[in-house]
Amino acid sequence: METTNKIRVLIAKPGLDGHDKGAKIVALALRDAGMEVIYSGLHQTLDQIMQTATEESVDIIGLSIMSGAHLPISEKLIGMMKEQGLDEIRLTVGGVIPHQDIPKLKKMGVAEVFPGGTSFEDIITGMNNLFE
Amino acid sequence: MGVAKYIKDERGAIKEVTYQSGITVKPVYGPEDLKKAGFGYDKDLGSPGEYPFTRSLHPQSYRSRAWTTRQYTGFGTPEETNERFKLMIANGQNGLNVAFDLPTQMGYDSDHPLAEGEVGRVGMAIDSLKDFETAFAGIPLDRIGSGLTINAVATIMMAMYQAMAENFGYSKEQISTTPQNDILKEMIGRGAWIFPVEHGVRLVGDSIEYAVKELPKSNPVSICGYHIRESGATPAQEIAYAFEIAKAYIDNVVQRGIKPEEFVGRFSFNFNVYGNLWEQIAKFRAARKLWAKMLKNEYGVTEKKKLFLRGLFGGGGSGLTKEQPENNIMRGAYYALGATLSGAQTIALCSFDEAYTIPTPRSALLSLRTLEMLMDEVGLRDTVDPLAGSYFIETITLEMEDKILEEMKEVEDLGGMVKCISNGLIQRKVSSQAYEYEKGLQSGEYRKVGITPGKTDKKTETTDVELHEYNEAWAEKSKANLKELRLTRNDRDVTESLKALEKAARTNKNVMPYLVKCCHAYATVGEMAGVFRETFGEWNEPEFY
Repeated sequence: METTNKIRVLIAKPGLDGHDKGAKIVALALRDAGMEVIYSGLHQTLDQIMQTATEESVDIIGLSIMSGAHLPISEKLIGMMKEQGLDEIRLTVGGVIPHQDIPKLKKMGVAEVFPGGTSFEDIITGMNNLFE
Repeated sequence: MGVAKYIKDERGAIKEVTYQSGITVKPVYGPEDLKKAGFGYDKDLGSPGEYPFTRSLHPQSYRSRAWTTRQYTGFGTPEETNERFKLMIANGQNGLNVAFDLPTQMGYDSDHPLAEGEVGRVGMAIDSLKDFETAFAGIPLDRIGSGLTINAVATIMMAMYQAMAENFGYSKEQISTTPQNDILKEMIGRGAWIFPVEHGVRLVGDSIEYAVKELPKSNPVSICGYHIRESGATPAQEIAYAFEIAKAYIDNVVQRGIKPEEFVGRFSFNFNVYGNLWEQIAKFRAARKLWAKMLKNEYGVTEKKKLFLRGLFGGGGSGLTKEQPENNIMRGAYYALGATLSGAQTIALCSFDEAYTIPTPRSALLSLRTLEMLMDEVGLRDTVDPLAGSYFIETITLEMEDKILEEMKEVEDLGGMVKCISNGLIQRKVSSQAYEYEKGLQSGEYRKVGITPGKTDKKTETTDVELHEYNEAWAEKSKANLKELRLTRNDRDVTESLKALEKAARTNKNVMPYLVKCCHAYATVGEMAGVFRETFGEWNEPEFY
């Protein structure tokens, strides 16, 4: 992708968890860093997230998961992305993610993992680096 | 440094301190400060146990009775939750504080597609009365009260608690339950809402009305400044927004022809202990006073006990760090100190591993022990309101009172809390504050021990934290139980009770007695919430920026 284009990110809250502070402040930080940010709102099914990602032609889907269900949710979404030929979109995952799960997520095909406590700078750099 | 703003000179001496609520702190306080603030003992403090209760709700406070400890517990299957309940009670806990899994909180049964991967994960999975019977088996319900952390479907869980107790031979007059039941705060933070704002408030009103008439020992609503604070509100906003939410519920019940005097005594609050120690103490003392004043002056409440701001001061989740999690043990102890210095009635502490996982028995016990140390070793029960009369504390308590009133006025000028939440104004404000605070933390303007500004500390592997494993078998077991239930219950009772519920919901009748009937018929949470979903629809969250 060309560097003049703004990166389009969908910050999405999959599932039933409603703790959205992290998702919202990351959305604000990415916006201030010059990205186009779409926020999904709460309680999204993976189908809804896929639909928004397609409609908004995003470059990145950033999932925010605090409930501990990051492994099954990510695995399922990656499967759906492949099925629908949307595996060009990079998937990142943030939230309450124990360290030992990071390699598992990466192995599944998650491009970057940003556990709680990751600095805005590292998230922004991490996302930009996906397109270098 | 800390959550307050500190300006230092070139030698590192502190020049200016400003608390999050906007209070500026002087280096030294003296009698002139109290004079300047117009402080008067009788007017601003009163004796402990006397209006306006700044010092304490009870004349002897912890001398007569230590605070209640109520750690948050519940996970997996009702069987496992029951074991953990019994463990906590055996270790001296005198009230339960029950966690539900997300499908239950959102009104879905364990076999609903949206429940996949979530059954029993963050709390116990409840599908029907059968599960409540298992979870509370052998718990002396006439002696142990239960806080139920449930909001959108709080009416359902309250009904289920009553039905369960009745099946165990207790009368509804004997039992004491405190469902959280604060839907407006879910819409600001935490996010477990389902129905549109006005229907959500109506259900809260139904439960209050029902408790007034039928459940004399239960407290139908626990208003949570806690989560609002966690979402980014200042301590002054935490109290102000909670009080504005309380006003919205009071107004709903008053419209039903019930006087505030008859029900405000049943309200309780849940406030956060995270933050600057002195600011928290000022917050709690000011809150007790303002609540009593507001009920007396605006709602004409006269009976002393009904003016009490009762509640749980605890948690402190925002203060915990993932880095160096053991540091959270000490943090928790300081938060608990703040709560006990403020005369908290009930306390629950976040366990040190909660930034990662559901507390293990070991970490949950550490929290209990922390509170016991304050109670039995350190001397927090020695005297009532030990900080009273401090030039500093009394001055900032008065300043905090003004800040809270300013925040309340702002909400009222904008049309009240229901309006400010419906249009997303409060959510946007709180989120943008959370963002600014996080930026300050990352730039080093604010400091948390163990965190290096601007750095993601990848090296701090937290091998010492034992993770609470999610067990796929929980979901399977819940689903199997549900299947069995659907085969064995009396279908006609279920259908008829749900039909009656639908009619009550549609015709603005109080839904509570209908829910109790549904629960006795073993209708599921998903079925009852489904009736509400059909009747009320679901809320569309306003844009947040």
